[in-house]
Amino acid sequence: MTSPANSTVDIVRAGLPKRYARERRFRLMGMLAIGLGLVFVAILFLDIFSKGYTAFQQTYVRIQVHYDGSVIDPAGTENPDTLAFADYMALLKQSLREVFPEVTDRRAKRDLYQLVSPGAGQVLRDRVLANPEIVGTTEEVWVLANDDIDMLVKGHIDRDLPESNRRLDDRSLAWFDRLVDQDAIEKRFNITFFSSGDSRQPEQAGIAGALMGSFYTLLLTLLFSFPLAVGSAIFLEEFAPKNKWTDLIEININNLAAVPSIIFGLLGLAVFINFFGVPRSTPLVGALVLTLMTLPTIIIASRSALKSVPPSIREAAMGIGASPLQTQFHHVLPLAMPGMLTGTIIGMAQALGETAPLLMIGMIAFIVDVPQGFTDPATVLPVQIFLWADSPERAFVERTSAAIMVLLAFLITMNLTAVLLRKRFERRW
Amino acid sequence: MNTLSETIETGPDANLIVPQENEGAFREQQFEDTVGDVTHPNPRISCREVDVYYDHGAVHAIKNVTLDIGTGEVLAMIGPSGCGKSTILRCLNRMNDSIDGCQVSGSIRLDELDIYDKNLDVVLLRAQIGMVFQKPNPFPKSIYDNVAYGPKIHGLAKDKTDLDEIVQTSLERAALWEEVKDRLGQPGTGLSGGQQQRLCIARAIAVSPEVILMDEPCSALDPIATAKVEELIDELRQQYTIAIVTHSMQQAARVSQRTAYFHLGHLVEVNTTDKVFTNPQHHLTEAYITGRFG
Repeated sequence: MTSPANSTVDIVRAGLPKRYARERRFRLMGMLAIGLGLVFVAILFLDIFSKGYTAFQQTYVRIQVHYDGSVIDPAGTENPDTLAFADYMALLKQSLREVFPEVTDRRAKRDLYQLVSPGAGQVLRDRVLANPEIVGTTEEVWVLANDDIDMLVKGHIDRDLPESNRRLDDRSLAWFDRLVDQDAIEKRFNITFFSSGDSRQPEQAGIAGALMGSFYTLLLTLLFSFPLAVGSAIFLEEFAPKNKWTDLIEININNLAAVPSIIFGLLGLAVFINFFGVPRSTPLVGALVLTLMTLPTIIIASRSALKSVPPSIREAAMGIGASPLQTQFHHVLPLAMPGMLTGTIIGMAQALGETAPLLMIGMIAFIVDVPQGFTDPATVLPVQIFLWADSPERAFVERTSAAIMVLLAFLITMNLTAVLLRKRFERRW
Repeated sequence: MNTLSETIETGPDANLIVPQENEGAFREQQFEDTVGDVTHPNPRISCREVDVYYDHGAVHAIKNVTLDIGTGEVLAMIGPSGCGKSTILRCLNRMNDSIDGCQVSGSIRLDELDIYDKNLDVVLLRAQIGMVFQKPNPFPKSIYDNVAYGPKIHGLAKDKTDLDEIVQTSLERAALWEEVKDRLGQPGTGLSGGQQQRLCIARAIAVSPEVILMDEPCSALDPIATAKVEELIDELRQQYTIAIVTHSMQQAARVSQRTAYFHLGHLVEVNTTDKVFTNPQHHLTEAYITGRFG
């Protein structure tokens, strides 16, 4: 017998497998999509890491150096200026010649000198300046090896290639092997990478300049954009009348968020540098341009954070006689703050990774000195990565990857801070 | 048995009193004058010929309402949804200012003060007229800070001891002190619904207003919490003038001395609560309180 109720159950039951199958397919697709995403992220990280981790070590050469007084300070004045500008490379060359006495012709000597970095003399200079007493004595010093030697040690130069296709010829390889036999070659932690600015010599190039540049630029960007954006968001959301003008402003803010960043760079060049005369290549002008770029992001996020604050809180505060500004600052703003902070960190992360607009305002310049302030010429991490990726030397490949790792580490730190800050604020309120 | 669904079904019947073809004319005739006594011998708030429009005049929400709220009385405002009772309540402390396109005409006075005077300071007005809302809306701060906020921003307390005293008295008057005195530092949002609403009342009276407006203060509460709040309202009457909007006719009957019945933006009838509920003068009031519509 089939009552109507039964037939409903039958019809529903007949359709059930199909419904569940559809659900399973959807879940499967979701898992596939996420899995695929994770795989790509893993590949990216693996690739960067495998290429870059070697940059954190650097090859050094041990050399017996005689601090020859007649080279460093021929007049015997002990004047610091004389000591600072003495030809320390000559000392190194002298020592190298002593290690390989059989090398006599000019070309061979030039090749021999290239076992060590052209900037290796700096180590000697620093030691002499720190303690002028050592002039006239002899000591063992570890100096930076040239980038080709470094690459050879790290296995990036193939000895089996024909000599003409190799960066190091057979003679240099023989010298290198002799140094290895004497235990005069060693890999150490690459302090230079974290302590010095950019350089044409890969072994001397570091990210300290770009890091400080990024730090100053982002600090200023945050100082400029956060108060401005939060202020605009509060005004637009809570105080401004809703009319055609505010609609127009809203549309334009949304448009600005979608403008290609290089346009902001051109704007910065035309307005800040050419019109207002802000010094180019500096964190100051970079921050101004990045502020323009991040403002819309933060304003939009802040406005939606304000919108999500329940109106009952505003009514409660107004009902008790709080002025509109008190209502905003005592009640609405604290509740909207987590959302605003999230928006700000997203904006700042964007700014940290931004390259294009900074090219326009001269932050792509080759800058060796680590910037000491907001008006020193500087470059930033992504631009540094761009510059190194463009360099032909093999040793820059690992430095590019290492710089990317540092950039990613900063991004992760920033996002983590955002999450933690938000958690703290939410617990308090 | 008069179930909920039947009430809804019979609801529209009440409107059948009005023939559809010349509805407008009938309405005017129906609402020509408010039945009962709109005045009070000792008024604290007096509204005269008040009209309220929303959407820049597109919606006529309150039509020519004249009403007194007497000193030390509880006035209940009742009526079906959308009748304008909340609107008129929110006009009394100018909470409608924040609604875009809301226009108010006529005169509303607090004692001798014209509430809609252009030079009037709204902040000052709201310190005199407190408000309790439909849904309990404590600040997401500690219980203490909730109550202390008003006195703090108005500078009512001389020092910390003074402030502590205000907080304690307000919580005592709101019949909440015994329940929360050991956890003043805990967030006000962690209290139960009824406690939250009493906290909101404590917050309102901490500023020592002259009038307290209550917009359906018990509609989000269970019967026990409702009973407590009603008891509280009765006690507060000794010191404050109270206007309360409510959906519950029992509540109006229990807490108020006078009752005003609103219908479609008109003030239909005002009388002592006893009279409204036992012997309504207007047929619409009668229809509403007997449950024929609402």
